[in-house]
Amino acid sequence: MSSSEAKLKPSSSELDLDRPNIEDYLPSGASIHEPHGKLRLRDLLDISPILTEAAGAIVDDSFTRCFKSNPPEPWNWNVYLFPLWCSGVVFRYLILFPVRALVLTIGWIIFLSFFIPVHFLLKGNDSLRKKWERVLVELICSFFVASWTGVVKYHGPRPSMRPKQVFVANHTSMIDFIILEQMTAFAVIMQKHPGWVGLLQSTILESVGCIWFNRSEAKDREIVAKKLREHSQGADNNPLLIFPEGTCVNNQYSVMFKKGAFELGCTVCPVAIKYNKIFVDAFWNSRKQSFTVHLLQLMTSWAVVCDVWYLEPQNLRPGETAIEFAERVRDIISVRAGLKKVPWDGYLKYSRPSPKHRERKQQSFAESVLRRLEEK
Amino acid sequence: MGNSSSMLTQYDIEEVQQHCNNAFSQQEIVSLYKRFCQLDRNGGGFVSAEEFLSVPEFAVNPLSQRVLRMVDGLNFKEFVAFLSAFGPRATLQQKIEFIFKVYDSDGNGKVTFNDMLDVLHDLTGQFISEKQRKQVLTQVLEEAGYTKESLLVLSDFVKILGSSGLKMEVEVPVD
Repeated sequence: MSSSEAKLKPSSSELDLDRPNIEDYLPSGASIHEPHGKLRLRDLLDISPILTEAAGAIVDDSFTRCFKSNPPEPWNWNVYLFPLWCSGVVFRYLILFPVRALVLTIGWIIFLSFFIPVHFLLKGNDSLRKKWERVLVELICSFFVASWTGVVKYHGPRPSMRPKQVFVANHTSMIDFIILEQMTAFAVIMQKHPGWVGLLQSTILESVGCIWFNRSEAKDREIVAKKLREHSQGADNNPLLIFPEGTCVNNQYSVMFKKGAFELGCTVCPVAIKYNKIFVDAFWNSRKQSFTVHLLQLMTSWAVVCDVWYLEPQNLRPGETAIEFAERVRDIISVRAGLKKVPWDGYLKYSRPSPKHRERKQQSFAESVLRRLEEK
Repeated sequence: MGNSSSMLTQYDIEEVQQHCNNAFSQQEIVSLYKRFCQLDRNGGGFVSAEEFLSVPEFAVNPLSQRVLRMVDGLNFKEFVAFLSAFGPRATLQQKIEFIFKVYDSDGNGKVTFNDMLDVLHDLTGQFISEKQRKQVLTQVLEEAGYTKESLLVLSDFVKILGSSGLKMEVEVPVD
């Protein structure tokens, strides 16, 4: 929606030196060189392994797979099923959708008629106002979920409001936030969107506490890290919900977690979300559709079915770096939600990979050439 | 075909198969077409350099620019022909020809010392000095019976690379 037309540009600020080694994940074909033996002309001219990697990436690559929409299989294929499917379409669009839109409208009316007075009249009494606003936000989120007939099964103990804890979850669509928010009013960190979503963000979400970031600004990272830290230290702030992938992934893979959430000195509570594609694919492919279209798609499908697992809170282990911690939590979430891990940063959707990866390959080849030159 | 419709007819598939000398099976060609359409995001009928470079696994490859020169702007038929050197039935000759084309950037059928130096530069980056690169290349060339001024042609490459098996195969995912 917002940055789909952003030009690809190299971003050195995003990708740090100390990331997990991509080579551990990538398929290792024949190594670039034989490890020993005197260097011959043949060894320098034989670029077949590198070409194979390049061609392999052209034919199939794990990054693109993460963002492929996988619509449910069509089943309307014969004389009996096709009319059934047609009547289903009619029912969904002409009966279900208007009813849902009505429910949502009622929900908004109720919400606004309480929220606006509470927000302005209780300006003096902060803690009471916050309590009411929390309840109201949870309410409007429930209305949203009802408007797609969301069938959400929550597993695990409900999150408790304690200081020094953050929640992290895998990210498939902005509805992840709504589904979690209906249970607990989290504070959230989000990319600021244009349009009606942005309006909602700046008015209602402000009340539960929200932190904005801007993907395209390099300096932004430090500012956001500071805000995160301040928020998590505050005793009566709502618990922070962070989506460390930084972008929506198609609920079959998980991309690398950004380490920001893991270096706040807080307990990290992992949350795994898995959508059942049986009626609709809940992946929001922001390249292909706007959020409004995405919502409409959900509202005209039978139901949105998903499972949410609140997993065991994790702490930084002694001697563990923030990146290792992030990877460990990503592993916990991916296993629970049945996601395959890929070694890519989600932001590579918007920018080119850091030259460091290529340089690592060049360095290892250069070292082997020089070494083998010495051999007899 | 070549326009943005995403349905291949049987006739299209056979035409592509013929063009690439049966390097891929019909199923593989259908999969490659899906992939081509996936890469060709703006639906122009060809994949641009930007679209290739948006695949991070490709962008980090040291030879990405050279490969890009060969594959940029190809339509689907030419795209499959380009990949045929990596197919399961590709001959050793085809693979060596491909490698030769990567080196022979001006396409005149002769690979010079500078051509080889350029590729070596792509492979080693800043980790070997220009002087060292020249030294290494001269040394191995002379040991193989060539000189700095030698112009290598395809048959030279066949002689140098043909002795042991060249592993250069890519698997096309077929669902």
